Amino acid sequence: MAATEAPTGVLTRVARSRGTSPLARYGSVLATLVTLVLVFVIGSTRYTGFLDSQTILNLFIDNAFLIVLAVGMTFVILTGGIDLSMGAVMALSTMVTARLLIAGWAPGPVIAAVLVLGCLFGLGVGFFIRVFEVQPFIATLAAMFLARGLCFVVSPNSLSITDPFFVSLSQSRIRLWPTGTAFDGRTLYAFISPSVIVALVIVAIAAWVLHATRFGRTVYAIGGNQGSAELMGLPVARTQVLVYVVSGLCSAIGGLIFATYSLSGYALTGVGVELDAISAVVIGGTLLTGGSGFVIGSLLGVLVLGTIQTIISFEGTLSSWWTKIVIGALLLVFVVLQRLLIIRRRT
Amino acid sequence: MRSLTRSNVFWPLIALVALLAVNVAARPGFLGVRMQDGHLYGSIIDILRNTSPILLVAIGMTLVIATRGIDLSVGALVAIAGAVACTQIAASPSPGSAATVLIAIGTAVLVCLVLGVWNGFLVSVVGIQPIIATLILMTAGRGIAMLVTGGQITTVNSPLYKSIGAGYLLTLPVSAIIAGVVLAATALLTRRTALGTLVESVGINPEASRLAGVRARSIIWTVYVFSALCAAIAGILISSNVTAADANNNGLWIELDAILAVVIGGTSLMGGKFSLTGTLIGAFIIETLRITVISLGIAPEVNLVFKAVVVILVCLLQSPVVQRRFRARRRAVAQEHGEAVEVVA
Repeated sequence: MAATEAPTGVLTRVARSRGTSPLARYGSVLATLVTLVLVFVIGSTRYTGFLDSQTILNLFIDNAFLIVLAVGMTFVILTGGIDLSMGAVMALSTMVTARLLIAGWAPGPVIAAVLVLGCLFGLGVGFFIRVFEVQPFIATLAAMFLARGLCFVVSPNSLSITDPFFVSLSQSRIRLWPTGTAFDGRTLYAFISPSVIVALVIVAIAAWVLHATRFGRTVYAIGGNQGSAELMGLPVARTQVLVYVVSGLCSAIGGLIFATYSLSGYALTGVGVELDAISAVVIGGTLLTGGSGFVIGSLLGVLVLGTIQTIISFEGTLSSWWTKIVIGALLLVFVVLQRLLIIRRRT
Repeated sequence: MRSLTRSNVFWPLIALVALLAVNVAARPGFLGVRMQDGHLYGSIIDILRNTSPILLVAIGMTLVIATRGIDLSVGALVAIAGAVACTQIAASPSPGSAATVLIAIGTAVLVCLVLGVWNGFLVSVVGIQPIIATLILMTAGRGIAMLVTGGQITTVNSPLYKSIGAGYLLTLPVSAIIAGVVLAATALLTRRTALGTLVESVGINPEASRLAGVRARSIIWTVYVFSALCAAIAGILISSNVTAADANNNGLWIELDAILAVVIGGTSLMGGKFSLTGTLIGAFIIETLRITVISLGIAPEVNLVFKAVVVILVCLLQSPVVQRRFRARRRAVAQEHGEAVEVVA
């Protein structure tokens, strides 16, 4: 390919060649997987009980909402965009859920309303970006302010959810396999929450959409080279708006999961969580310039972040701010790794 | 070219005047300034002082954005600068002495400069996209600031240090004077020398400017160091104003406000032409908006909704689509405006 490697280092949106060999194609995801295993090995050698199956399952339970957000973020980033509004839209979803339930709505319509709200929000953002040619960064920043502000309009205080359906959902545990016997003779089971299943199903659907549908191919094509995609006659405009609808929908689902997880709606839910999602996507091997990456990588990225958090909480004496420093360092390693990968592919 | 710059600043200026008009309508004495305790006193003076940190960060951000970059780490740098300066002053036996304060400020600036060099290195030498290169420090930076303060909110008791952010010189807020001097120096450096043009050329086409003999790499590197310097000064102003280093909250989201100020001021995130005047107006809009919401008696949190509306409006007015329509049908300006707003709402 015509590699116009800018010596200044400012990455131009040159179409990136995707390697033909599986190793080159999945290299970045493989690196994430190796990191995840490595982090687990470090954790398990330092702490007993770290490799307990429930510790691993808790990773999924605690980060189910982040997995869903990272999936939505992957779509946006694959087109070369970014969505800073995800955390705020998620918070707005928890607020609306709580408010509607308090107003006496049935759970079904509430869930439907929140999902529609998320889609509409994403549609507005996508429209703003596509039609008015506002940069995604600024458009989603404005959306973030709007959603966060609307949270406070809904209620400045935390709203608790007492609806029986949501309460039973938050308490329900799906038993997987027996892990032992409690002191009173009951059998203990490894369990997950329903939200984990929702998150994993969404990952599966997203992977299918990206790799087996026209929409998915167009997403990759736009990220690879928008001009070429347009010349090829692909529905660039529609797809560009749709990826923000997807991220809005994922934010709404993330909000619903968080609402069942915490049984409350709170305006300051998920402040900065969009940065976690971006970090997860990047650690998962997706290029921020778009066109290259996998949803499964983002899932692994979330698990890496979650494991680091678990290690630091297991350590006990380590203060929480080490999480930030470690995640920053990890981001650095992965970004430099990706950079080297790109340079090697070009030569 | 003059007229073009003027038209870029036109809409932001209208927005600022409109905001001020709302304030005057709500509180007729809003624009009044009087002498009290030997310095000027009034809402306008408050706005001047409170805008200073955002303005400082936004000045650095303007140059970074002009090179088609972005610096997300400035908020974390603000926290680090405050943390470094405050812990030193707090640990010193004579917190009020000029030597202590100067050394503290010097170290804080130095630390931030080193971090700026780091950012610049990642972007210009390693070639990582600016948004992700600075995201690294944005994530890790607050952790580093916490490390410096030991997780505590470090309060300082130094009248001299407090006077930087909260004091007055020649009846004006010291912080406003500092921000003004930095703005003037930057304007002088970029507009009276070729530096501004070089920065713009790098932003418009890094490859072409390199071929034309512009040292793109050093210029990009420099703007990140400069942005870190601005963030360091802003961090000192903020921590001095509240006489404390709060690693979690000092300069929280200031990077977003600064980017907004730059964009509202008419500098495109796609790089190239930049306008320091626009950035100045943008910073004033953001602070005036905050004051307006408070003085109208609306809950401060709802400020975010208004901020969003202002950003959306200004972006819409500057968007190519609307600009084209303006040109096509100048007579229907008011009507267009209404339409554009409806679409988003």
